[in-house]
Amino acid sequence: MKIDESKLDSIIKNYNNEQGSLISILQDIQAEYQYLPREALDHVAKSLKIPRVQVFGVATFFKTFSLKPKGKQLIHVCMGTACHVRGSKMVLEELERKLGIKAGDTTQDNEYTLETVNCVGACALGPVVVKNEEYRGLMTPIKVESLLGTKKAKR
Amino acid sequence: MKLSSVKELEDLRKKIQSRRDPDKPCIAVCGGPGCLAKQCLQVRDEFIKEISAKGLKNNVDIRTTGCHGYCERGPIALIFPQGIFYQRLSIDDVAEIVDNTIINNKIVPRLLYSDVEAKQVIEKENDIPFYKKQTRLILGNNSMIDPHSIEDYLAIGGYSALGKVLGSMKSFEVLEDIKKSGLRGRGGGGFHTGRKWESTRDAPGDIKYVICNADEGDPGAFMDRSILEGNPHSVLEGMIIGAYTIGSSEGYVYVRNEYPLALKNVTFAIKQARELGLLGNNILGSGFSFDVKVNRGGGAFVCGESTALMASLEGKPGEPRAKYIHTSEKGLWDKPSNLNNVETWANVPMIINKGSEWYSGIGTESSKGTKVFSLVGKINNTGLVEVPMGMTLREIIFDIGGGIPGGKAFKAVQTGGPSGGCIPEEHLDIPVDYERLTEVGSMMGSGGMIVMDEDTCMVDLAKYFTNFLEEESCGKCVPCREGLRRMGEILKDITQGKGSMEDLLLIEDLAGMLKDASLCGLGITAANPVMSTLKYFRDEYVAHITDHKCPAGVCRELITYGIDPDNCTGCGLCKKNCPPEAISGERKQTHVLDTEKCIKCGICYDVCKFDAVRKE
Repeated sequence: MKIDESKLDSIIKNYNNEQGSLISILQDIQAEYQYLPREALDHVAKSLKIPRVQVFGVATFFKTFSLKPKGKQLIHVCMGTACHVRGSKMVLEELERKLGIKAGDTTQDNEYTLETVNCVGACALGPVVVKNEEYRGLMTPIKVESLLGTKKAKR
Repeated sequence: MKLSSVKELEDLRKKIQSRRDPDKPCIAVCGGPGCLAKQCLQVRDEFIKEISAKGLKNNVDIRTTGCHGYCERGPIALIFPQGIFYQRLSIDDVAEIVDNTIINNKIVPRLLYSDVEAKQVIEKENDIPFYKKQTRLILGNNSMIDPHSIEDYLAIGGYSALGKVLGSMKSFEVLEDIKKSGLRGRGGGGFHTGRKWESTRDAPGDIKYVICNADEGDPGAFMDRSILEGNPHSVLEGMIIGAYTIGSSEGYVYVRNEYPLALKNVTFAIKQARELGLLGNNILGSGFSFDVKVNRGGGAFVCGESTALMASLEGKPGEPRAKYIHTSEKGLWDKPSNLNNVETWANVPMIINKGSEWYSGIGTESSKGTKVFSLVGKINNTGLVEVPMGMTLREIIFDIGGGIPGGKAFKAVQTGGPSGGCIPEEHLDIPVDYERLTEVGSMMGSGGMIVMDEDTCMVDLAKYFTNFLEEESCGKCVPCREGLRRMGEILKDITQGKGSMEDLLLIEDLAGMLKDASLCGLGITAANPVMSTLKYFRDEYVAHITDHKCPAGVCRELITYGIDPDNCTGCGLCKKNCPPEAISGERKQTHVLDTEKCIKCGICYDVCKFDAVRKE
């Protein structure tokens, strides 16, 4: 993939080329591309003068980072304890069935990425699903259809 | 404008207070995470529209605040000066409130909280059972503050503790105050805050760091989020006082990336505090300098552990290290570092303002002050509650929480997050403090309190926590990495009816190994959920193993679904929604479920309105 190095450089410059800001830099890059392109990681390693293995180590250690491109729409299913005791697993499974993918994957048409998250802190409304940053509370498998809208709603 | 003395700070406060008319109507709309998910911002915007349409823009204040706590009843709006509590609002209710309450000082009874038992409506927040027994020292201010307004915080006495400290106290006097108050860490361990400060203060070195741990990773807990979102200045004020005491000039707030609003609000608050000279060089002309940076977490639970968090702040993977070298001596960048969690920091200003004697008068012998809990799960009044230490679990769950919904029976309450344990009915009368919770096999943790009813399978729950921790284990030490994996496999076998009684002995062995040999707190406490459920709910484990039954009807391999012909009306709803098309039947005829095709997704059970789908 072709990446815009000047864009990366301006992100890195925001943090004064500090090695300690590696996580923040990667977060900003991910905000730009929705994932971490390999070439961008190489560039960061070079600019910060740290081994690539350290950059990749951080990029794969933290859950927030993805080395795979994501779909246009992001669906996060909260798997926190409060959501778990109220049946979040059933909601996740219904989403997996309707979208035809497993958690962590992206649909072939690049429309949806389905992910789980440990807790979004909206426990009072569990089970919670966050679709493109919009919170949907008190979810049940049956509400999955309206969450997805018309697209992909057919079994 | 930069304030250059304590006097200038107090003058500014007087000016702000004198500009404010206590009788001016104010609509405080809760903007906490629960209400946000219930579209409270649309309600707020409707208030803004309606107030300007009525030409009242200059006569009424509208404030978007942090969490009011009672998430179950959101969206919530408090109307000042009367203090009327309106709940479960929609945009259609706004005009009525403005017309009646704001313009004509009349109440709208249908939007008030109604007490089912007493068959009455309740007007004021403090009279509602959910709030009545609480002591909201930390959360109470949320409804008075727009988190983006430092003026709001100053108006209610904000930064006066900092003024007192810099104007009239030596750092050792502050330390004595914190030690005497008995404040203990609210993040999990419950270490004495004063002692922690002291060891960093006494450690040799010129550069020292203070860190605020806002990486609230416990699933089922959102106290720190609500404090940081709703009242970020209280946390900053605590940090500045701590830094003064310890002798630090640089601080960090480490916020979870999953909390964008907390991140935004604390970043904004830091900017405002800098503009007023409350952060930066020569704070209030005292010669003391301190500034704070914000770092975002990367979604790793283990980063709640102090050494892992510090590694992450250095831009490395969040792996903990052995603790024989204390972080108070060698922490971040190998410098003496003091880390406290959000709620701990937020306690500091009020201890300085009201005195350590006042503070230590609240709570029990060993645990002082109040504690915020997130009361969630199978409970009527979900939300954030703040109670004095020493209140019983029963009072919290039944008096404040309103008990279990749907007439179901209480089974257990889980405290302390994945490091904690499940507490059964027989221990509900213990007073909540650090020691008592540990005695019954759980812990205080950061304050998650997840209530479970008869429909929760305790083996499944133990499996859930074990899987959670297995995934979150950083993998550095073998006992945690491999021990949790094996533990998860054994629990999986049991929930599938493939377990044996010897497995229970193996679990106990593994648990002992995890506790003795793991590197950090994650592994050391990882067996708590399993061991506490095994201790109190052994019969459920045995039922899975010997009878191949899941008494709560949760474990999929051990249940079958069926349709009760007596109750089935033939409405066809289950048939329509069944993913594998396992249900057949003509309209208005009894339906039949083909157990061969059934994938046990539970949708039919959920959609049936006639209680005709049975789990066995």
